[in-house]
Amino acid sequence: MAQNILDILITGLILGGIYALIAVGLTLQYGVGRVLNVSHGEFILIGALSTYTLYTNFGISPLIAIAIITPVLFTIGYILDRTLYNYLRKKAPNTDAFSGTSLLASFGLAFVVQNLMLTLWGANLKGYTYLNTSVSIFGTLYGLNRLLALGVAVGVSVIFYLFIRYTRLGKAIRSSAEDRVMAQVMAVNVKQVLAICFGLGAALAGLAGILYSMMFELQPSKGIELTIIAIVVVVFGGLGSITGSLIGGFVLGLVTSIVNFIDPSLSLVAFYLIFILLLIFKPSGILGRQIHAD
Amino acid sequence: MLISTIFSKRKFTITMILLSIILLAVAPLFAPPYAIISLITILMYVILTLSWTMFSGPTNYISLATAALFGVGVYTSATLNDSLPLIVIVIISGLISFLLALLIGMLTLRLKGVYFILFTFGVTALIRNAIQWWETHITLTVGRHVTSPGNDTIYTYMVVLYSLTLIFIFLLQNSSYGMALQGIGENEDAAEHIGIDVTRIKVIVFALSAIFMGAAGAVMATRWRYIDPNVAFNPLLSFLPVLMAIFGGTWLLGGPILGAVIFTLLQQYLITEYPYLYMLLMGLTLVIVILYLPGGLLTLVMKGYIWLVIQWAKTKWQWQVLTTRWKEEWRPKVSMWLAQWRLRWQWRLGRKR
Repeated sequence: MAQNILDILITGLILGGIYALIAVGLTLQYGVGRVLNVSHGEFILIGALSTYTLYTNFGISPLIAIAIITPVLFTIGYILDRTLYNYLRKKAPNTDAFSGTSLLASFGLAFVVQNLMLTLWGANLKGYTYLNTSVSIFGTLYGLNRLLALGVAVGVSVIFYLFIRYTRLGKAIRSSAEDRVMAQVMAVNVKQVLAICFGLGAALAGLAGILYSMMFELQPSKGIELTIIAIVVVVFGGLGSITGSLIGGFVLGLVTSIVNFIDPSLSLVAFYLIFILLLIFKPSGILGRQIHAD
Repeated sequence: MLISTIFSKRKFTITMILLSIILLAVAPLFAPPYAIISLITILMYVILTLSWTMFSGPTNYISLATAALFGVGVYTSATLNDSLPLIVIVIISGLISFLLALLIGMLTLRLKGVYFILFTFGVTALIRNAIQWWETHITLTVGRHVTSPGNDTIYTYMVVLYSLTLIFIFLLQNSSYGMALQGIGENEDAAEHIGIDVTRIKVIVFALSAIFMGAAGAVMATRWRYIDPNVAFNPLLSFLPVLMAIFGGTWLLGGPILGAVIFTLLQQYLITEYPYLYMLLMGLTLVIVILYLPGGLLTLVMKGYIWLVIQWAKTKWQWQVLTTRWKEEWRPKVSMWLAQWRLRWQWRLGRKR
């Protein structure tokens, strides 16, 4: 029994680490930039699939791939925000209208990216093995790659938390999320900050994708499921709260692994049930602000 | 000014509605059988898009629950298939969708903006996964077979549903409920201050729009013959109506129809040969329409129409200028000239004599 509990706990933490990374990326894009980026899952898969290509065709290890893929995704995200979303932001009469139009635009983006991936990589399942020697913790065996992913996810989450909490740019990001106009008055270059946030979100998605590709099989059409996971975690933590989505990621990872232990086919149902109940009873999430902060 | 005077005329709308219904009704007499089959699909998307626009067009609440409301109809039809006549099944499916939408509406329409979108999307996914789990674990069936009454009957049902949807929207738009919805879309707080029971109207119209989705689902189940949760609750069925409506433009009845027809034709042409290209194009169109054509394709059509009207007015004006000039300047000159000639001629004649 104790064995089982430990097993559930560690699997939950591994899942939770990835969920947290995914969700923090989306929180940066929604909480600060007000873009509910539905193509988030596609960015995760871009990271995962290009890691696959780099590893199988060029023999580059996924850990080094992080240094290649995240800057590229950051640049793509930055350019996207500066062009597409900035244009929409300028044209929208108020924030509500902007979240509507940007949501639809990101739907379009998701379709485009998904089908680009399908033409580039094909619709088949893809997977590779990396560091699959097993390590025993208290008598249960775990793949080294899973533990590595957990380590990277937790490490990046902590570093990111410290970055948001203690650096100048982190402060600028938090203040822009709080009140964009006041931040501008306080000489924060909001346009730049928003674009950086979007880029960081895309980069974190790519990082999560790299970790994801170490453990699971990949398919270009899986993106929407990942997006939904991200959205559920973000709503769970409170739309726009970075700490909330870090905590929410780990909590939901644990919940998923518990449900998986009971009946794996129920995990999606449980996921959506949590989501719906959350939206009905506490739409502001566990650490969220009021629904209409602005 | 031009638009309101030329286009919101009820007579015009009524004529167009009747014309389209009559055209669709006589189509089986001369159209080949495969055209009828593709017309059924087109009509399905038109009905879904129209009923989506009924609620979401004026209020700007983007609902992604279309697949759920449609799929419930499909499933009702599949389970009741042989036990009842089709018309009863269609009515029952509509009512069940109505009840589901009523429930969703009462739970969520207090929420605004993004929360409503997320909730409707979540509900659709929940229902899909719950039914899939139920089918594989409790009833132990993955898919269901449905007996079909034949394409002609299905076509008749779709045309009738289409006409009912159109007539219903037309009546709704011209009633006080339509005005109230418009007001909610413009400014919800102001609408509430005027004394409109905002939540009640939103819930009622949302639920009413679901009837047509459910009924269309019940008919389409007999067209597809084999269904499973992934077909019935396909998430694309939630996104496509939104896309089609926005592509066409939601501010006139013709917009959603235009968008749905163009998109479905494009789909039928492209999906067999280049399935990925089709989706890619769809995404690109969505982005481009949102960026550069916020009013949808209808804006383009309307601009073209206005251009024509202006050209017509210009030619008319120029014609008037020409005729008045003729009357005031040239005709006197010409008649004077003629008179002179006549005089000269008479004078010559007189001298000869």
